[in-house]
Amino acid sequence: MSKAVTVRAQKLRRDNTKLRLYIFLALVAALLLAALFSMRLAPYDPYLQNLDKAMQPPSASHIMGTDHHGRDMFSRVLVGGRTSIFATLALVAAISVFGTLVGTLCGYYGGRVDSVVMRISDICLAFPGLVFAMAVAALLNGGIGNAVLALAVVSWPKYSRVARGQTLAIKAGDFISAAKLAGSSSAQVIIRHILPNILGPILVTAMLDIGTMMMELAGLSFLGLGAVPPTAEWGNMMSSGRSMLQMYPWVVLSPGIGIFITVVLFNLLGDTVRDYMDPRNSRSG
Amino acid sequence: MQKYVLKRLLQLIPILLAITFLSFAMMRIAGSDAVEQKMENTGSAVSQEVIDAARRELGLDKPFLVQYFVWLGNFLKGDMGTSYISSKPVFSTFVSKLPATLLLTVTSVLLTIVISIPLGILAAVKQDKFTDYLIQICSFLGNSMPNFFVALLLMYFFAVRLNVFPVIAEGVGAKSVAMPSLTLAIAMSAKYLRQVRATILDELGKEYVAGAKARGVKFSVIMWKSVLKASLVTIITLLTLSVGSLLGGTAIVESIFMWDGVGKMAVEAINMRDYPIIQAYVMWMAIIYVMVNLVTDLSYRFFDPRIRLGGMEE
Repeated sequence: MSKAVTVRAQKLRRDNTKLRLYIFLALVAALLLAALFSMRLAPYDPYLQNLDKAMQPPSASHIMGTDHHGRDMFSRVLVGGRTSIFATLALVAAISVFGTLVGTLCGYYGGRVDSVVMRISDICLAFPGLVFAMAVAALLNGGIGNAVLALAVVSWPKYSRVARGQTLAIKAGDFISAAKLAGSSSAQVIIRHILPNILGPILVTAMLDIGTMMMELAGLSFLGLGAVPPTAEWGNMMSSGRSMLQMYPWVVLSPGIGIFITVVLFNLLGDTVRDYMDPRNSRSG
Repeated sequence: MQKYVLKRLLQLIPILLAITFLSFAMMRIAGSDAVEQKMENTGSAVSQEVIDAARRELGLDKPFLVQYFVWLGNFLKGDMGTSYISSKPVFSTFVSKLPATLLLTVTSVLLTIVISIPLGILAAVKQDKFTDYLIQICSFLGNSMPNFFVALLLMYFFAVRLNVFPVIAEGVGAKSVAMPSLTLAIAMSAKYLRQVRATILDELGKEYVAGAKARGVKFSVIMWKSVLKASLVTIITLLTLSVGSLLGGTAIVESIFMWDGVGKMAVEAINMRDYPIIQAYVMWMAIIYVMVNLVTDLSYRFFDPRIRLGGMEE
């Protein structure tokens, strides 16, 4: 009796998680579409300067006001979002693929290469992340591409650790021995049996990482190590508006709200994906 | 225990060597040459001879590994070269800025403790009630804000609107340290609140708690005498691990609030491509980070009787 009740409760919770997953997926999809078509959606040209209209507070025609060059803030936040969001997604995609590949190979083959690669990732982890990224970005001379590269150099070990740990756990399984006995090559074992089984934890790590990476990327831009003006990007927009905080706060706060909402959405989606993948919730499903 | 400490100290050597080598290599591979940068700053065209002479003077013409060992030898003597921009010794510049950053770090960690531990305990005790949800939502929102946005919001409300704190730090004092450390503490508390809550919940779920309750021990006594004591190890570990993100975070926050510490110095050096300063910063931050991790590791061995006693039997 009580077992039936818990099973029903678990099913209910799972349905609930599924619903949340769909809602947040739809919201994130809408955000991505808005970012993708931001140039068309923007009511004004985000780069067009109009000094007659400089520093206007938010109004019906400029809902986020205008900046010191008279550019429409709402249009700039939209277009800036495209830079921030897609740069972050490219970064997370790149490090999760690279980290997974390295981690899986190290976990599967072990041996000397494994210990060398793991020492390298230890050393990467010995540096406080953002400090190291700042140094790498400084070395690469700014630009959004280089900022992405800098964060990638610092952040891939996270994924290789997850992938390696998972691979080691799965490698010991009977079905792997069975596959080997049946004559599968190492490549086949990795591609058909190991990768599909470790994708879940990697996906969850990646989803939860998007928000953090977006904030760190914006942080680098804020320091002048990412996207360079006039390119609209949330971090550098906030940095260049900093001195105007006292008189024209909307110039600083609008891009900040942009980052905030986006990170909240991605974090909500990440949390939901984690709940959805969590075996504690899906055992009954 | 002593054996373990010694082992850990020995393990530090290759890591420290790697850190020094990597930070040296990174700065030397740099595409833009400091000499060119310096000459560009003067604004006039300079002949190749002058550039070569300047390179020789800075030792930039020698082979890479030679440069590294010369530099490492000097570093061990406390000589980290001179700043390309100000021509002052890097080491003394760094040391003069370090106390401000350490003060900021310590106040932020203290504030984080004051914010996250009581709120985390409260959320755990009121699990699944309104208070718990409210605290969790706050922590979620705090987690979704980059620290420079938090800094600017605080600046806007407390300095511009309410005029409680100065917009820009005026020297090192209680009033000027408040906003930068609050910024850092908000970001960290948002993160650690959840973990404090989870740790306390985990401990509250254990059988001895039910046993103590059944014997009629007051809840506050169980909480303070047993649960908190048992959770302390995890909480201390979490807090010290946060030092890594804190060290990176200080750079942004220090430059926003014009707090005259190593973080602001590093950001200025990065913009000027002043490599010796950047190098010193990256290296010292990494060394501090490694040391803090070591101390954490050793401290929870000390705090946790299972590990401490187990180690002594060996």
